[in-house]
Amino acid sequence: MSTVDYSDKIPNNVNLSEDRTLQRALEQWQPNYLKWWDDMGPDGSQNFDVYLRTAVSVDPQGWAQFGHVKMPDYRWGIFLNPAEQDRKIHFGDHKGEAAWQDVPGEYRANLRRIIVTQGDTEPASVEQQRHLGLTAPSQYDLRNLFQVNVEEGRHLWAMVYLLHKYFGKDGREEGEALLERNSGNADNPRILEAFNEETPDWLSFFMFTYFTDRDGKFQLCALAESSFDPLARTTKFMLTEEAHHMFVGESGVSRVINRTCQVMNELKTDDPAKLRAAGVIDLPTLQRYLNFHFSVTIDLFGADESSNAATFYSTGLKGRYEEGKRMDDHILKGQTYRVLNVQNGQLVEKEVPMLNALNEVLRDDYIKDSVGGVERWNKVIEKAGIPFRLTVPHKAFHRNIGLLKGVKVAPDGRVISESEWAANRDNWLPSESDRAFVASLMGRVVDPGKFANWIAPPVMGVNRQPVDFEYVRFG
Amino acid sequence: MNAPAELAVIKQHLIDPEICIRCNTCEAICPVQAITHDNVNYVVDASKCNLCMDCISPCPTGSIDNWRTMPRLRAYTPEEQLTWDELPAELPAEELEGLAEAGGDVAVALAPAATPAVVKDPSGAEVFNSSTFGSTLPPWSAAHVYTNLYGPKAAQKTITATVVGNVRVTEVGKTAGSDYDTHHIVLDFGAMPFPVLEGQSIGVVPPGVDDIGRTHHARQYSIASPRNGERPGYNNLSLTIKRVLQDHDGEPVRGVASNFMCDLQVGDKVEVIGPFGTSFLMPNHPKSNIVMICTGTGSAPMRAMTEWRRRLRASGKFEGGKLMLFFGARSQEELPYFGPLQNLPKDFIDTNFAFSRTPGAPKRYVQDAMRERAADLALLLQDPNTYFYVCGLKSMEEGVVLALRDVAQGAGLNWDSIGPALKREGRLHLETY
Repeated sequence: MSTVDYSDKIPNNVNLSEDRTLQRALEQWQPNYLKWWDDMGPDGSQNFDVYLRTAVSVDPQGWAQFGHVKMPDYRWGIFLNPAEQDRKIHFGDHKGEAAWQDVPGEYRANLRRIIVTQGDTEPASVEQQRHLGLTAPSQYDLRNLFQVNVEEGRHLWAMVYLLHKYFGKDGREEGEALLERNSGNADNPRILEAFNEETPDWLSFFMFTYFTDRDGKFQLCALAESSFDPLARTTKFMLTEEAHHMFVGESGVSRVINRTCQVMNELKTDDPAKLRAAGVIDLPTLQRYLNFHFSVTIDLFGADESSNAATFYSTGLKGRYEEGKRMDDHILKGQTYRVLNVQNGQLVEKEVPMLNALNEVLRDDYIKDSVGGVERWNKVIEKAGIPFRLTVPHKAFHRNIGLLKGVKVAPDGRVISESEWAANRDNWLPSESDRAFVASLMGRVVDPGKFANWIAPPVMGVNRQPVDFEYVRFG
Repeated sequence: MNAPAELAVIKQHLIDPEICIRCNTCEAICPVQAITHDNVNYVVDASKCNLCMDCISPCPTGSIDNWRTMPRLRAYTPEEQLTWDELPAELPAEELEGLAEAGGDVAVALAPAATPAVVKDPSGAEVFNSSTFGSTLPPWSAAHVYTNLYGPKAAQKTITATVVGNVRVTEVGKTAGSDYDTHHIVLDFGAMPFPVLEGQSIGVVPPGVDDIGRTHHARQYSIASPRNGERPGYNNLSLTIKRVLQDHDGEPVRGVASNFMCDLQVGDKVEVIGPFGTSFLMPNHPKSNIVMICTGTGSAPMRAMTEWRRRLRASGKFEGGKLMLFFGARSQEELPYFGPLQNLPKDFIDTNFAFSRTPGAPKRYVQDAMRERAADLALLLQDPNTYFYVCGLKSMEEGVVLALRDVAQGAGLNWDSIGPALKREGRLHLETY
């Protein structure tokens, strides 16, 4: 990589061409990254010319440059949002002090852990989605998948930049380890469980990008408040890209609903069997997928009560969602928050110190945000004149972490017996046959402007291009 | 483009609530805090939006890219937009004109330079929507722009410029009783950086506060001088600003910013923000042709582009590329820069005037002049090196784009492929207000 023109090959605003130490670290890491992309990135797509958006700078004109690019040639840049002059820490025990431009020794381990955990999710989702290109419902969708993948790759770069720049030798080792762990690998899995699940079909992909990438948004928003200024600025810029991932999810599910409603009205039926025979995904199945992805994702926020969460907040490493817009003392000592617990077979609210409940605070903010999109999906159903509503399940439903782990709760929030759970599991979560049916719909459609039968075309194309634009040119 | 806040009809920027995913990207990126939200919708405040387009490309959904022609005084308020489930349809032309008239706004006093804003397609019942043909991308050979160097989100909120020139550029205004005049104002930025390109605009913040005690919002004006300054090699630029003193019914109306600007003396200071604009930029490759169509103060960017080409030509560095200008006004006396335009060599620029209120002569609009020159325009339309720029009153836009379509079809060209290509390749730019 010694021949690299850093500003061209790796667009950046971190003065890379002047930073010899960083260059040396990246020179070690970059070939391994490209090898990882070849081995674990999108399957069989290295020669496609994909209509991708590349960021070449952080200003509005620079960060959305569109053109056909081969994915291995995508210019994974390193960008931080512009620095805020004299930025002050605005929460926790250090409130009012100057934000840190370097890592304070006493918080080094925790900061590294936070960055590594965030960094680990980025390549994990690329690995989870690597086979989806083979069953894309259209060129438009294939392009969106690849855009999400290259941006997840860039987010990995963003985290590795922080590790290399601020964490010395162990930062470099963590950078290597990020490429060595693999999603679903029994011997060396990804850190968070949700990132070891497969994303087997496009409905799962849309649900994942709607629900799980939204978890990413909330984690990034919390880190964008960090007192460690380089982390705050890095994550702020990542959020702009994360928005596209959530759009892919929200609009993808919306288009599936749209197509299903269209066929329901054509056939004048809501019978899942008839609709499946007509090659579309019935609304109750969509509800089950929604239940699954929502419940698995809210587990990602961690335990309802967590001393780590309190430590991360008080020491200024990780704030709350929209910390700056909240009207309290931003120190939170002596304040309380209600979390759910189970007593005598009933869900009860229990008051706990707010600092210990910050995972739950973030989870509740996330739930509110998720519901918004589900309501927009309902508008599509309403517009089609169909009396059916999608809902997010109760937050105690199908939980696998914290106080609610293992408690059997129905989607409406009733605590139920093991036997009632067993009898209804397949009504509430995707069954084997649901997954098999969805998998059976996954054929590859790649003619420009053509779409698989189970999904409606989008309202508009990418970057004002027409819907039938050649978004991917197959080499 | 020029002082939208003081004109009757604006192109209002709106967000489509059916497509928006409420990701906050637009609000985070807007340099003038024009975008706000509640639990339901994200909305744009028309009184703050300066059409800088910074929010367009970062939007992941395309929902941000919606526009409605509205009388300024009836622009949808943020409160209204917050209640929307879907975007309202474009207002019918008759209703639009009626509302603008009822608004008693000053720009209605100007003769419309074209047919109404929304036109029934003569070939059928379909409505022809000209704005769908406008590019948001600059020509491939445009120079790199700087935007928002000064503004609410910049490190420095405003930059102070010094007035170094202020002259009237119309015949009207010289005599008592004229209802308005147009000024050519030169601002100098001294040692402070303010790099601009032809086609960009700046914001001027009038001093003082409005009726309810708020600081005035900035008014946008197109730059009328080339990239190397009104005076070559100096850090200055010029603006073309029309003052309005009376409305349709002779009632006194004083545009806050336009009167402040027109009354400035040499040596006065002005607070400026900007520059703005990333797509209405001129091509730089030697074979590029430029067709300019404008009315009134819409001539500012045309003057800038023409002058830059004139200077290049004088330096012997630029021989290729045609310039063609269609310039509309009520009368010759109201036409800014009429004298200097007459003095440009005919082999340098092909100028066509259209006057709608010359006594004893039939009304003539810019699109009439364009149809007369159909043979030459058709040749230019076929040349992929031709770039079209339209700037002036909103009411001209539709007629101009229709005229382009008719010229193409009259010459046996396929408008269905040419129109979208113009847009796609950054070759048709519409800046109307």
